[in-house]
Amino acid sequence: MASILAVDDSASMRQMVSFTLKGAGYDVIEAADGVEALNIARDKSVNLVITDVNMPNMDGITLIRELRNLPAYKFTPLLMLTTESGAEKKQQGKAAGATGWIVKPFNPDQLLGTIKKVLG
Amino acid sequence: MSIDMAQFHQVFFEESFEGLDIMESGLLDMDPGAVDSEQINAIFRAAHSIKGGAGTFGFGEISNFTHTMETLLDEMRDGRREITTDAVDVLLKSVDVLRDMLTVAQDGGELDQSSVDAQSRELKRVLDNRAPGQSQAADETPESADGADDDGKAPLIGWHVVFRPHAHMMRTGNDPLRLLREFHALGETRVVCDISGVPPFHEYEPEDAVLSWDIHLDEPVEKYQVQEIFDWVEDDCDLAIMEVYADGVESAPAGEPSQKAAPKPTGKPELKLAEPPPERRKGGDRRQKKAATSAGSIRVDVPKIDSLINMVGELVITQSMLSMLGEDFQHEDLPKLLEGLAQLERHTRELQESVMQIRMMPISFTFSRFPRLVRDLSTKLGKKIELKMNGESTEVDKTVIEKIGDPLVHLVRNSLDHGIETPEVRRAAGKPETGTVELNAYHKGGNIIIEIKDDGKGLDGDLLFRKAVEKGLVREDETLTDQQKFELIFMPGFSTAEKISDVSGRGVGMDVVRKNINELGGSIEIDSELGVGTDIVIRLPLTLAILDGQVVRVGDETYIVPLVSILESIQVRPEMINLVGGKGEAFKLRDEYLPIVRMHEVFDVPSEHVEELTEGLLVIVEAEGHKCGLFVDDLLGQHQVVIKSLEENYGSVEGVSGATILGDGSVALILDITGVIRLGGNRPEDFRLQRTA
Repeated sequence: MASILAVDDSASMRQMVSFTLKGAGYDVIEAADGVEALNIARDKSVNLVITDVNMPNMDGITLIRELRNLPAYKFTPLLMLTTESGAEKKQQGKAAGATGWIVKPFNPDQLLGTIKKVLG
Repeated sequence: MSIDMAQFHQVFFEESFEGLDIMESGLLDMDPGAVDSEQINAIFRAAHSIKGGAGTFGFGEISNFTHTMETLLDEMRDGRREITTDAVDVLLKSVDVLRDMLTVAQDGGELDQSSVDAQSRELKRVLDNRAPGQSQAADETPESADGADDDGKAPLIGWHVVFRPHAHMMRTGNDPLRLLREFHALGETRVVCDISGVPPFHEYEPEDAVLSWDIHLDEPVEKYQVQEIFDWVEDDCDLAIMEVYADGVESAPAGEPSQKAAPKPTGKPELKLAEPPPERRKGGDRRQKKAATSAGSIRVDVPKIDSLINMVGELVITQSMLSMLGEDFQHEDLPKLLEGLAQLERHTRELQESVMQIRMMPISFTFSRFPRLVRDLSTKLGKKIELKMNGESTEVDKTVIEKIGDPLVHLVRNSLDHGIETPEVRRAAGKPETGTVELNAYHKGGNIIIEIKDDGKGLDGDLLFRKAVEKGLVREDETLTDQQKFELIFMPGFSTAEKISDVSGRGVGMDVVRKNINELGGSIEIDSELGVGTDIVIRLPLTLAILDGQVVRVGDETYIVPLVSILESIQVRPEMINLVGGKGEAFKLRDEYLPIVRMHEVFDVPSEHVEELTEGLLVIVEAEGHKCGLFVDDLLGQHQVVIKSLEENYGSVEGVSGATILGDGSVALILDITGVIRLGGNRPEDFRLQRTA
């Protein structure tokens, strides 16, 4: 089954994402910020990354840029979690190499639907 | 798939409250003019997380309210807005309102809607004041209805889409195949691939997208459903979306430039799927699950858990070693068995310590509210006060953290209100205008010490004494040491405030403070010098789950006396014993007369027990400042005992604070000394009066 790296500094969001995806049979690895996520991603390759934007240490946009520069993540779907007001963030994310975004708030069904779409 | 979101609520509440604390302390530290960008970022992130979580977990109102705060913070963060004292104050108040909203969401109860509305208006006011262009309603422009009035036109039967990815599209992780798959999910699709873009082989870049597609969807879906498929790639491709009508007419490419596609259909979730719409949060959700959220949880540092797991591992090894030994036990294996048992004991003790560690939290959880309190109160009282805190990382049992908060607040309020003088008075007394209140926490021999120190006017022992006499709490002819005079303020019904202000002296007196601290197994002492300051020392046990106890025997019964209450144990000589008229027995210990409480009488022990005072032992105990001698048959030894609650399993029993199981499997009651004294038929007040008799 596909492995997903879920990055969010909020434990409740992380839990929700992780619980939902695990329930659907995905392998989920959690990370609390960009630095941690980048280390994990370097260590083992994952099939999809889903990251919050605002995080301490390294934000989601920087994480996406760094990941996209790694050969192993050239084509990997990198999704960001943004808020409805974040049109500017979406642009920044796209520019950094994000595949797409999931708009907060979302519910588990929306999340799963999107992940399924992307992972096929 | 339906997932019960309520299971995440508890974590959400916890981290939201933590977020609020971060916001509060961040805002308090914020110095308009010189703001550290990481500081404001941290505040912003906290607001942002609360908003995101609230929206996701179904607390729309909280999400909306936080949104306004977030907008304000975002502008500050980007330097688009000056950070003013006014804005900081409004944000601080908003933190309070938000805390109320979260509390109501967690525990139920009535939300003060008017204060929420008022605070929302305040936030909007601040927002609008400085940045008139930043209207909230900006993205609420009504969307021209998609596929609108097709009156008189032939019915819509499908869509024709021309999709030409830009070369770099794959490198954003977007696979054109996925988009085509999504079309299939909407209905019958006919796709024609255009390979004209494929370059000659020697120019071919394997990572570029070179194909393009003509897609016919024979299904009259809504326009946004089609647009959504391309939502993520609208800047990465050329796109034309055309309606197909039954009469064969195709609309022009929808009047949009092929690049930058249509404005987003607002009002609809952007991440909407072709599947049946997921059920949105239901109204009753939060109430329904209230019970689940009240089950307390605790956040523990990973290293603590690791050490625990490590310890359990060791224990398992020891267990398997012992069971192997037991399978075929020979007499000569005895040394091995003893060694194994010693190991077991060591691991069990370490495990116990590790588990205790889990309950430990830094006292900063309690201290963190004080900067705000001091700031607010000093403004209100017109005093200049500096708060110093030391040892915030000292770890204390979680229960202590929860229960020590209110007493501490009361003590700090007292210091601010009654202790520290106004700047004028201080100047006149030759002190610096700014008063200092110090909060210290540290470990001292198995105890936690919390100290509240101020350099205010101090306590006037004689004034306290006169007041107590007035109220009939002490007799005029008593002579008390300074220490004893200060301790008068802990007596029920004593309040020194000349007038009751709304800062302190609101019904909860110092007696309640002392009672709460005693309930935690702690004690409180006060020391003061007139004109120089007051020093209050609270001593608390490290943990509430384990107690150092003295095991005593009365007849066939064993009881545990908390070691902290014991002053000494003596064997009385006949000449020490006195009979006080009508009040029972007393004995003279050095210069004091102390009452004797016969344990076998208090607990009505039926079995054979020692009657003669000189044959048993007297355990001198002290509780709430009152001493007495507990008469027991014998002392058996000191043990650390694990406290089992009686209230949970049976009911509250006066004189008994809990029970424990001894090494031999028998049950022993743990004494509540205050209760025992009361049960002894003597009110502590009576004894105090005999002190100088």
